[in-house]
Amino acid sequence: MKKEIPLAITFLTGVIIVVTFFIPHQPLGSMQQRLLIWYSIVLGFTTLLGVDSLMGSNFRKVLRRSPGWGYSLVVILGFLITMVTGLWSWIATKSLITLGSPFMFIYTWMIVPLTATMFALLAFFIASAAYRAFRARTLEATLLLVTAAIVMLGRVPIGAKIWSQLPAIQDWVMEIPQMAAKRGIFIGVAMGTIAMSLRVILGLERTYLS
Amino acid sequence: MNRASMVLAALLLAAAPLLAAKAAPAAAARPAPVFSAGLQGEDTPNDEGRSITITWTKSPLDGGDATTFKGYQVLRAEQPAGQFTEAGFVIGGKTQYQDNVDEGKPYYYRLRQLAATDSSESEVIGPVRATAQWFDRSRVNVLVLTVILSFLLIWYIERAKKGEELFIRKIQGLDAIDEAVGRSTELGKPILYSFGLGEIRDIVTVASLAILRQVAVKCAQHGTELLVPNWDPLVMAAAQETVQQAYSEPGRPDLYKEGNVSFLTSDQFGYAAGVDGMMLRQKPGAVFFLGYFYAEALLMSETGHSVGAIQIAGTTAITQLPFFIASCDYTLIGEEMLAASCYLKRDPQLLGSLKGEDFVKAVLIWGFAAMAVLGTVGMLMARGGHAWLGGVFQAIQNWFVTA
Repeated sequence: MKKEIPLAITFLTGVIIVVTFFIPHQPLGSMQQRLLIWYSIVLGFTTLLGVDSLMGSNFRKVLRRSPGWGYSLVVILGFLITMVTGLWSWIATKSLITLGSPFMFIYTWMIVPLTATMFALLAFFIASAAYRAFRARTLEATLLLVTAAIVMLGRVPIGAKIWSQLPAIQDWVMEIPQMAAKRGIFIGVAMGTIAMSLRVILGLERTYLS
Repeated sequence: MNRASMVLAALLLAAAPLLAAKAAPAAAARPAPVFSAGLQGEDTPNDEGRSITITWTKSPLDGGDATTFKGYQVLRAEQPAGQFTEAGFVIGGKTQYQDNVDEGKPYYYRLRQLAATDSSESEVIGPVRATAQWFDRSRVNVLVLTVILSFLLIWYIERAKKGEELFIRKIQGLDAIDEAVGRSTELGKPILYSFGLGEIRDIVTVASLAILRQVAVKCAQHGTELLVPNWDPLVMAAAQETVQQAYSEPGRPDLYKEGNVSFLTSDQFGYAAGVDGMMLRQKPGAVFFLGYFYAEALLMSETGHSVGAIQIAGTTAITQLPFFIASCDYTLIGEEMLAASCYLKRDPQLLGSLKGEDFVKAVLIWGFAAMAVLGTVGMLMARGGHAWLGGVFQAIQNWFVTA
């Protein structure tokens, strides 16, 4: 029964979702939305599981003085300080997003700059990955290098200055061969998703049940 | 003129200012001049009965200049002579509005144009009622294709059940799992597995759980540490269960550490920073990026590359695939990721569904080729005055378009 009941629930839910896609009439019409609301409620509760996991694993590292326990201490302190300031801001101003509240201070001056820094690092990583990918050691890599050069130059004003046909060639590369490959992958993913969904609904794919 | 008439005339003259004062507000309340809007209202088709579609023809004053013509006010009432209130506002240039209403109730509509010089209203239309439909006719094409696809998949599964030999091409990324785990074991380093930012409802995350199971079984067999940092707590719960079960399979449940399959954060770049930190501190021998990824994909895979880990990635996120291909040793492209559980398990029924999928793809490829030829020939024939083939092409194309 440990497997049969979840399989039955999966089958019923899957069939309902498929059927409601074609039937707009109530009560089936809004069933999908309702199931998504249930999912959000479950997700809300599992956030507590996540917090428990995060705090538990980091507390254990600090208590055992595991290698890198200092980072865990930063995580714990960061979590507690953010939570306390969040609660404080909410009690004091009835809102977390009141300008000038301690929580907004943390958000504006710590979280936003840290996020922006991580995102900005992407530029350097793109450069290093592109350097490796574009090294013209094979025919494929050479083709990639030439195509990338055309596309990059064709998309900036200096490209048109170098050769007036570059933007048009760039457009052709993006709209014909690039789009064809992209759509091929899209169709494959769509077919794979349908087949995988069918396997899950029919109970052939049970890995998610462990 | 008799005396009575003269008295009446005198009374009327005396009362004239009073009558004029009474008549003035009445004139002000009189509806503005009617403009011909060709207003029409009908139940919105293929919906749950909560919407009425109002259409009209463009006003002559609607010339595309927002300073002289603001737009149209859709007014609604429940009685033809009742109080009309604003149901919605549509900017100039638009000629349609979908009004959210209660099912079955009669509604009356009129349209007011909001021009700088004129705010006249249209004639009243109604009653219009919203009704629910039992079948969405705009999705017939999806239904037909779903039934055909499901039939083919089930047919191939049944064929596989009968023991028919099915050929599946090699997927290098999946074959490399053994190599990756083996190398980590030899180096005495842990293995890191990331689902990216996928949720448990994403089919690619479900597919990734199947791969995680295989990786975890091999880790348990070799006694290699497996780290699974998570972005979504629900995925974390599923991953914990999967890894725990997988460690029991070769009889090594003692090796399972719950803290190794943990929640990190639900912030995109916070998660990337956390995973990068883990990689830089623990120097994993192998890294698996299998799931749904966004901009954090390259941040993590380049860090993995910098610590010298063998990297296997796979995603259905097309925009991130080039980054993985550039920075990882093996990449599962799109559908390969979804085929992983069938490929790894080698279960005949699962392999059968893969063959069915391949058959449908072959049909689609031939279909696209046939449509390309049909479209080209149709256009050439239309130039010669024979438009019927072009019409056939257009009809087929229209059938495939979903609302």
